[in-house]
Amino acid sequence: VATRLLSRSFPGTPRGWLFCKMLGFLQRPVVVTADVNLTVVALTAAGLLSRLWRLTYPRAVVFDEVYYGQYISFYMKRVFFLDGSGPPFGHMLLALGGYLGGFDGNFVWNRIGAEYSSNVPVWSLRLLPALAGALSVPMAYQILWELRFSHCAAMGAALLMLIENALITQARLMLLESLLIFFNLLAVLSYLKFSNSQKHRPFSPSWWLWLTLTGVACSCAVGIKYMGIFTYLLVLGVAAVHTWHLIGDRALSNVCVLCHVLARAVALVVVPAVTYLLFFYVHLTLLCRSGPHDQIMSSAFQASLEGGLARITQGQPLEVAYGSQVTLKSASGKPVPCWLHSHPSTYPLSYENGRGSSHQQQVTCYPFKDVNNWWIVKDPGRHQLEVSNPPRPVRHGDVVQLVHGMTSRLLNTHDVAAPLNPHAQEVSCYIDYNISMPAQSLWRLDIVNRESDAEIWKTILSEVRLVHLNTSAILKLSGAHLPDWGFRQLEVVGEKLSRGYHESAVWAVEEHRYGRSQEQKERELELHSPTHVDVSRNLSFMARFSELQWRMLTVRSDDSEHKYSSTPLDWVTLDTNIAYWLHPRTSAQIHLLGNVVIWASAGLATALYALLFCWYLLRRRRRVCELPEDSWLRWVLAGALCAGGWATNYLPFFLMEKTLFLYHYLPALTFQILLLPVVLQHIGEHLCRSQLHRSLFGALVVAWYSAACHVFNMLRPLTYGDKSLSPSDLQALRWKESWDILIRKH
Amino acid sequence: MPSAVCGGLAGSELRPRRGRYGPQAARAAVPEEAAEAAAQSPKRPAPGSRPSEAACRWVLLALVTLLAFATRFHRLDQPPHVCWDETHFGKMGSYYINRTFFFDVHPPLGKMLIGLAGYLSGYDGTFMFQKPGDRYEHHNYMGMRGFCAFLGSLLIPFAYLTVLELSKSLPAALLSAALLTFDTGCLTLSQYILLDPILMFFIMAAMLSMVKYNSCADRPFSAPWWFWLSLTGINLAGAIGVKFVGLFIILHVGWNTVSDLWHLFGDLSLSLVTVGKHLTARILCLIVLPLALYTAIYAVHFAVLNQSGPGDGFFSSAFQARLSGNTLHNASVPEYLAFGSVITVKNLRMAIGYLHSHRHLYPEGIGAHQQQVTTYLHKDYNNLWIIKKQNTDSDPLDPSFPVEFVRHGDIIRLEHKETSRNLHSHYHEAPLTRKHYQVTGYGINGTGDSNDFWRIEVINRKFGNRIKVLRSRIRFIHLVTGCVLGSSGKVLPKWGWEQLEVTCTPYLKETLNSIWNVEDHINPKLPNISLDVLQPSFPEILLESHMVMIRGNNGLKPKDNEFTSKPWHWPINYQGLRFSGINDTDFRVYLLGNPVVWWLNLLSIALYLLSGSIIAVAVQRGAHLPGEVEGILWDTLLRLCACGLAASSLASGVHMGGVLSLLLGTAYSFYLFHPLAYGMVGPLAQDPQSPMAGLRWLESWDF
Repeated sequence: VATRLLSRSFPGTPRGWLFCKMLGFLQRPVVVTADVNLTVVALTAAGLLSRLWRLTYPRAVVFDEVYYGQYISFYMKRVFFLDGSGPPFGHMLLALGGYLGGFDGNFVWNRIGAEYSSNVPVWSLRLLPALAGALSVPMAYQILWELRFSHCAAMGAALLMLIENALITQARLMLLESLLIFFNLLAVLSYLKFSNSQKHRPFSPSWWLWLTLTGVACSCAVGIKYMGIFTYLLVLGVAAVHTWHLIGDRALSNVCVLCHVLARAVALVVVPAVTYLLFFYVHLTLLCRSGPHDQIMSSAFQASLEGGLARITQGQPLEVAYGSQVTLKSASGKPVPCWLHSHPSTYPLSYENGRGSSHQQQVTCYPFKDVNNWWIVKDPGRHQLEVSNPPRPVRHGDVVQLVHGMTSRLLNTHDVAAPLNPHAQEVSCYIDYNISMPAQSLWRLDIVNRESDAEIWKTILSEVRLVHLNTSAILKLSGAHLPDWGFRQLEVVGEKLSRGYHESAVWAVEEHRYGRSQEQKERELELHSPTHVDVSRNLSFMARFSELQWRMLTVRSDDSEHKYSSTPLDWVTLDTNIAYWLHPRTSAQIHLLGNVVIWASAGLATALYALLFCWYLLRRRRRVCELPEDSWLRWVLAGALCAGGWATNYLPFFLMEKTLFLYHYLPALTFQILLLPVVLQHIGEHLCRSQLHRSLFGALVVAWYSAACHVFNMLRPLTYGDKSLSPSDLQALRWKESWDILIRKH
Repeated sequence: MPSAVCGGLAGSELRPRRGRYGPQAARAAVPEEAAEAAAQSPKRPAPGSRPSEAACRWVLLALVTLLAFATRFHRLDQPPHVCWDETHFGKMGSYYINRTFFFDVHPPLGKMLIGLAGYLSGYDGTFMFQKPGDRYEHHNYMGMRGFCAFLGSLLIPFAYLTVLELSKSLPAALLSAALLTFDTGCLTLSQYILLDPILMFFIMAAMLSMVKYNSCADRPFSAPWWFWLSLTGINLAGAIGVKFVGLFIILHVGWNTVSDLWHLFGDLSLSLVTVGKHLTARILCLIVLPLALYTAIYAVHFAVLNQSGPGDGFFSSAFQARLSGNTLHNASVPEYLAFGSVITVKNLRMAIGYLHSHRHLYPEGIGAHQQQVTTYLHKDYNNLWIIKKQNTDSDPLDPSFPVEFVRHGDIIRLEHKETSRNLHSHYHEAPLTRKHYQVTGYGINGTGDSNDFWRIEVINRKFGNRIKVLRSRIRFIHLVTGCVLGSSGKVLPKWGWEQLEVTCTPYLKETLNSIWNVEDHINPKLPNISLDVLQPSFPEILLESHMVMIRGNNGLKPKDNEFTSKPWHWPINYQGLRFSGINDTDFRVYLLGNPVVWWLNLLSIALYLLSGSIIAVAVQRGAHLPGEVEGILWDTLLRLCACGLAASSLASGVHMGGVLSLLLGTAYSFYLFHPLAYGMVGPLAQDPQSPMAGLRWLESWDF
């Protein structure tokens, strides 16, 4: 049908023509002509001045620098870490600053206010965020210009960005928000450039450039903080609507439309995904050494890092055989990573609540390396506990017994309620009391991540479940801590009602060697000695990526209360501030505090926009069109991007449960500031009827901007922290009861 | 909590249904095409053109209803013991009959109706409903089950009528009724004392009346129009009155109404006054009427439950004073706090309790070795504190001194009555919450140090600066450190008798944990007033009970080892739920949707989305398909939207055959799976001897 339609609507169109057009830059030389907009240059200079001025002051750790700094040190030392707060791109950019400044990573990041030692290149560490902040100023100009608003409105947006105290404070420090804002704006700007070149020069080099840049900027924003996803979705939404109109454009051929849709899909979906993966690839390539967060990761992941577990596991035999000596690590890191463990103590005869136990030897999960973590895989049909020659590997579905290395007792479970989870079965090491309770020590091996049904049990790589043969119970970590009689170790149970995959029922062999000794004494000696022999193995990038990403999303951050935490409702009215830094002797201090005039007017402008928008919408529905069509479309697009950007970056915080701070609002605020000149220009053009009104309105705007400048100037000491104010001056700056400005009591 | 799972299941019922009716919006978006298609479609006669067809419809309706009642009431009395959440909702029904106050996270209508059904059928409210599996013995439970089954059966005629109205196609309506009748999941949920059949009844009724009123759109302000519109409102109130998930049907109706109004507004032949009338009518029927009914439900709820019961503790002291049998009921205390008063101080957060201290010290190594201060849930002499001025030790109860009321901002000391130690805090970390300061009892015979001084602050100052018993919300700010007295809600270890930790938090944010009110109050120098004067007004108790419900809902988080399902499990029928019985000797009922029905639904939704988007793109591209093809496509779409099934072929003869075979197929699958709902005895399905052998199509089903 498509061909028929095409040939009908475009008789004689050569099929390849379009593709040639798509690759037009191969045929014509690429010519660059430069127009220099001096306004942009001036704005950039002003932005640089405001953000870079005395950048190394204060030469001390300021607020969250203490948090990001430790990760920069990890990068410098190439030590693996896990940070649940966001993807690694932002951390890497900060680390890039450190790398350029020749930072060696030697600094103890433990206290806000600590002086930086001489080896810390403060200037270059703070440079990238500051540059990003500075460039946001001319970008605001560009965005409004591309939205087809007047030069004056565009200037206004940039000048507002320039004197917004909160943006300046945040950009001058080693923090991520200014980078996020930069990429958010870049995504919007390049999308606008792209969509403006759509009409005249589709598939031209600049068209491709801006389209791809949109995708890349989006994924950079997401790569810095997960929050970036909201801007990404907004851009995707606007692009989808534009594409929908494109599909409805009957002047275009079907093939042409298909090419357009495909180009967008590649640039806005595939490119960002690949870029995002690339961040992780670089991240994992850089961080190749084991570090403090290894324990959270799976054994296989740990084994891929230099040092740490890799040192132990290097040279272990790969295939688990009958007679292998192994330690079994729980795949679940909750509450702590631990190994299956037993020790000579028994379960108490009866628990505090009066329930009885089997009084058998305790089996627990123990979070530290210990000789009691060793188990021997035994063939139920034979008595030998050493590996035969050649070794007989254990496969999926085989029935095995597990012998506790130090006590030689068999892992067992039976129909007795577990100590803390009475619905599950108790797991013990069997002691023959010669009563009517025979051992039930047969376990069927179930390799969860098997590729075939005859898969061999492999060290580290195989994730196994142990299914009890008699009762079908599954060996599982319950996550509860035993009381004192169990030495506060973790409870292990036989779970009867388990359905589907559950991490806490999955175990992996971590340390492994072939047992050689036949006598118990000899064996104990062997268990105490470290493992040896050599096989190396590697995890694919995708496996490492998915594990790391999953852990990053699920790692529990202890989101406790914080003195300066706030709720989203406080942000709009600027009812809260954050004290970032206080000079150790004087009362010079840095606060995250916005320009009150800008915040208030931006809020008003958003409300006004919403009202006017609804009003126009209703009027148009009744076929009353006061606005010319092109100015209406401009008004809608500006609203979709700016008001939409504000809403998508702000409203989701109401649903989040984590601890929130004022700086989370800054991306939303940026979009709100962009909306402000849009509304002002609209009022000036369409609502002021006479020339007199217009002049009056212009004068008002000038007066209002002077007020904003004045507020900027008054709050400047708190933004740059360069001037020590007297207590009475500070008291005078406390314009709101809820602002917490630090006043020294002498 | 099983009720969380239950809510989930209700959601799962909603999901496919919403999908099924989703097309309506799509249809509204391109009404011209749809109308055109309807006009062009040759094989659809105008509705009701032939009397024989109308008769046929009524006969079919009667048949469908009969079948629905037959399936729902078949073996309704089995099993004669408490199943699954009957333990909750049956119990709550009994509470209504006994008029004892209780607390539940769902609004009261569903349980009130259950209670009413029980009452009318002669159940006396004496059965305990303690745990699933308890036998009913001689208690009359059939009334309550019958009521739920009655509402559950009505779903099917409702669905039949809705689809008939939407698609004007008899086979489609019949098919949808059959699918619903033969779904074992709906059947099981309808057979027990649960909220779900009631909720589904109201949702379907709202849906039906909305569809009916849409079809009256050409006769606005006529009697049937008003009737269906207000009926929609009534059913919405019913849905939200049973469970908060009913909100989704409200959103659906709301969306429908907004788009409807938008069309009217865009119709230039209507004057603004007419549009205004339309708007007012909808506001009246869909907002004001439901709100009034919803409030009325609560009015009945509070009027019926006027006796103290298990729910008291969740509510504020002032609320409890309403309940007869509660110690606060008809009590009389002095109204305003004065120096020298003996008081108990209760935390505003539920389940935290009274400020408490006792003669035991914090153990060595945990802060300062001083007397413990905790919160305790029960009434106790150790909850009594004397309120004193900061620096005078003179006895304020001495009759020669005038009475001095405590006011907002006063600096006070709180002396523990039994041990004569002062409430004290200092820069030591609290035992469990390390970022807070420790609170202790300090001093001998009421003499301590400056760390015993607290500033009392009233938050709701509408009663003036004085502190009113029960009603004033107060905070205690420690004078030296500036921290706020609060309870973290964490349970202390054995040395603290497993009471809750009290701390002084340096974070000044107002949270319920750091707000208190005065409950008991003894002061011989002041006249007592009856607490009834302080009873909250109806709007206040309405607000409070909603706050408590919202908090309770937030608190409903499944524990680790509890069995829960994930939302993506529901539509794919991934796993079921054991209603009764586990072992092979038990009478087992297993809640699981009829997989044939559920998977057909999924398939049809996917097909609908696919064909819908293809057609949307085609229309957007302006590709004018031949009229007939378009008509057939729209016809299929409608049918899809109606019965959730793609008619496998378009030729009408084969089409009839397709519908028939689908009908028979679902009926046969029902025959296969009916033991899930009506109960199975004998070996589990793994066993080849079992009646369900071979039917365990998914590993995750365990029946």
